[in-house]
Amino acid sequence: MNGSAPILETRKLNRFFGSVRVTGDVDFALHPGERRAVIGPNGAGKTTFVNLLSGRLAPSSGQVLLGGETVTALGEAQRIKRGMGRTFQITSLFPNLSVRKNVFLAVAEHEGVAWNLFRSAASHRDQFGRVDELLERVGLADVAEVKAQDLPYGRQRLLEIAVALALRPKVLLLDEPAAGIPTSESHIILTILDTLPKDIAVLLIDHDMDLVFRFAQRITVLVQGSIMVEGTPAEIAANERVRKIYLGESDHAAA
Amino acid sequence: MTDRSTAAILLLPPDGVSGTRKALSMSLWLAALAIPTLVPGYTPLANQMVVMILFALSLDLLVGFTGIVTLGHAALFGTGAYTAGILALRLTNDPLITALCGMAAAALVGLVTGSCMLRTKGLAFLVLSLAAAFMLHELANMASSVTGGDDGLQGVSFSPLLGVFEFDFRGHTAFYYSLACLFAAFLLVRRVVNSPFGWSLRGIRENDGRMRAIGCPIYARRLAAYVMSSALAGLAGALQAQTTQFVALNSLSLELSGDVLIMLILGGSGRLYGAFVGVPLFMFAQDLLAKEDPANWYLGQGLILMVMTLFVPGGVLGLVERLRRNLGRGGRR
Amino acid sequence: MEIKKSEWGGETMTAIVTVLFFGVAYGMILYLISVGLSVTMGLMGFVNLAHGVFAMLGGYAAVTLMNQTGMSLFAALPLACLAVTVVGFVLERTLYSRLYGRSELDQVLFSMGLILISMALVRLIWGPMAQPVQLPDYLKGQSLVGGIELPTYRFVLVAFGAAVIVALWVIFERTLFGARIRAAVDNRGMAQAIGIDTGRLFAVTFGLGTGLAALGGALGADVLAIAPNYPLHYIVYFMVVVAVGGLGSIRGPFIAALSIGLADTACKYLLPEMGSVFIFAFVFALLLWRPNGITGKR
Ligand SMILES: Nc1ncnc2c1ncn2[C@@H]1O[C@H](COP(=O)(O)OP(=O)(O)OP(=O)(O)O)[C@@H](O)[C@H]1O
Ligand SMILES: [Mg+2]
Repeated sequence: MNGSAPILETRKLNRFFGSVRVTGDVDFALHPGERRAVIGPNGAGKTTFVNLLSGRLAPSSGQVLLGGETVTALGEAQRIKRGMGRTFQITSLFPNLSVRKNVFLAVAEHEGVAWNLFRSAASHRDQFGRVDELLERVGLADVAEVKAQDLPYGRQRLLEIAVALALRPKVLLLDEPAAGIPTSESHIILTILDTLPKDIAVLLIDHDMDLVFRFAQRITVLVQGSIMVEGTPAEIAANERVRKIYLGESDHAAA
Repeated sequence: MTDRSTAAILLLPPDGVSGTRKALSMSLWLAALAIPTLVPGYTPLANQMVVMILFALSLDLLVGFTGIVTLGHAALFGTGAYTAGILALRLTNDPLITALCGMAAAALVGLVTGSCMLRTKGLAFLVLSLAAAFMLHELANMASSVTGGDDGLQGVSFSPLLGVFEFDFRGHTAFYYSLACLFAAFLLVRRVVNSPFGWSLRGIRENDGRMRAIGCPIYARRLAAYVMSSALAGLAGALQAQTTQFVALNSLSLELSGDVLIMLILGGSGRLYGAFVGVPLFMFAQDLLAKEDPANWYLGQGLILMVMTLFVPGGVLGLVERLRRNLGRGGRR
Repeated sequence: MEIKKSEWGGETMTAIVTVLFFGVAYGMILYLISVGLSVTMGLMGFVNLAHGVFAMLGGYAAVTLMNQTGMSLFAALPLACLAVTVVGFVLERTLYSRLYGRSELDQVLFSMGLILISMALVRLIWGPMAQPVQLPDYLKGQSLVGGIELPTYRFVLVAFGAAVIVALWVIFERTLFGARIRAAVDNRGMAQAIGIDTGRLFAVTFGLGTGLAALGGALGADVLAIAPNYPLHYIVYFMVVVAVGGLGSIRGPFIAALSIGLADTACKYLLPEMGSVFIFAFVFALLLWRPNGITGKR
């Protein structure tokens, strides 16, 4: 579809938990600047797929390529260093540190100042400039000094995104960023996603179909660990099998 | 965040610390200077405290700031102590050189054991930390021709400090020397924990999985903290050897590893001043309770630990902080 | 020449049999004491350094019953075991359960506290000296087996230990109770979801684990001397058995305990001056290779 080479790619990716196959022969490609959604019913293996991409989990077989290079053997930290960023479905922050410090840690790692031993963190003005800019962007500037654990859950979700954005990723993996945010407010997420640089590739997982269809250029449907179908939102919406398995479900829920 | 002269930065607590706390910490250090003049009889005891504070401070870097729980920290203290002691008997008895060597040896042991142990966590790490210390203890016990075995290293004496100040029987030189080392170590640790590196250690303590997902090389970061802590523990050990002119086999023991952990927790871990509060409290309590029957002291320590974990997490300093916050809130209401 | 050779061969034989015999006896004691720790740690994720306390209490209880009331060994063992089971059960409900889900540091500190308190109490009650075991006459002395003299009591120890271990395995593998424990070790959330009352399961398992430890402590009173420093002195061994054996397993610790029993005995026999250094070096290497123990996932 897209002339450029994929920034992120998987080849015959498999993952077993015991004898259960949670990811099955996934061939997947994400191009620079692409806005992609991955949807699928609960337990379809979406989170597992993100974990395989980010290097949190090792695949049972298959390859992951980042920017054309095989990164299958690299751990999560190393892949992140090569330009990935991710969020977690279950909020994963530094609960006892302030919102500002949460984001600073990510900025410091990204900008390579985290090994500074003798200069006080507070004197890293450039980095704090970026931190404040990010907090502004996700709308957390007013709670910068609050401990992460004292934020309401919805705002923790925003902090989760800010931490990932701090890494200036070329590929951003968002695992249900809107989970825990009332549907009426999920547009905040969309607004934030709209402000992202156009050249970065974004992979979004969510159950909020409204959000997904407004965000995505292409949608991948994952069922029982394998890609069932991939296409434009219109194609997916029109697909009979998807309607049956997935959208039908949410229609029922809505009814 | 303000530009201040280096001297001011070195001497004063970092920003965000209230004026009263600055004044308090300054007067604490100044009061310490006056101990040999005011209560000369207690100088050796005070020296002992200073050495243990340094040791507990080194542990705080691991337990309090990085979240590494070790049961074998004495291995590094003992390494420093034996290195200084053995060097003094065989090669040179210059206090500064032997102290540096003690630090270096402990850092090396920390690097070797740490690079293995830090690949694991949880139970495996605890057991490895026990096993490593246990092995060193056994080795020191066996190599009695070098270490004096069970009797320890007796009669280790050191040449005057900087060629001028003799280690006299009143212990004044020893005390000021230890205090100076502690102060230097304290400034260093404070710098480090307030640096981006130190913050990343807290990040690892809070959520190592998330640190990985922001690209932090956890293992290397932990190892750096471990080696740094080892060097400081080694310095404490070397000071112990130099100021008491004796190295006991128990400087490598599980008991000492446990004691220093209790001292730190009693004061409050992850707070820089926890060691300064915990060590004196511990030693006073020990003095009070152990006189009659060692059993009383075991009971005391056990109760301290139980009460601390069940009711007073954060140690004495944590308690003070909570009380002050509650009072403050009450006042505003 | 011929005679000398066979003599040498005989000596080697004696050495091997002796090491095997003492090693197995020692390993069994280690296993009885540690297996409960492995299961409870696997079940509750609680870092309990104080497990040796219960073995010590079992030892003191049995020795006191025998020495003071003249009770026979085989009456004293189950009584001591029962008493400690109750103590373990109560401690789990009142104290341990408060610390589930707390940080590893808190759990380490809490169990260190328990060790120190138990050491103090035992010292205040029984004094600082080790408690000698007064065995009945028929268990004293040596038995001659294949021309090698071995202490009679250790035979009883090995036989009794083996019987308990078999019973334990049957319970663990064949009963509903065992199945519940295994299910909860595997996946606590799932176990709760299918209606297992994990709180009660924890307490009962903890009680049984401490009871086994008490049995091990009592039975092994002449292997691991019953003295106030017991929980601290042998802590490395218990922890190593569990770490090497693997959490939540009952077979792994068996292999670990026997190996350590045999290796430690062999080392002390062959290289008495080197003590246990080799074993710990080996354990060190093993745990680096398999941090979750021999039965755990790599
Ligand atoms: N560590 C694990 N061990 C065993 N099974 C696992 C593990 N992690 C996930 N699974 C299983 O793999 C399957 C896929 O899980 P995954 O979390 O990837 O699904 P998901 O698509 O993200 O679901 P959801 O929409 O609920 O977030 C599930 O059946 C889950 O039970
Ligand atoms: Mg998921």
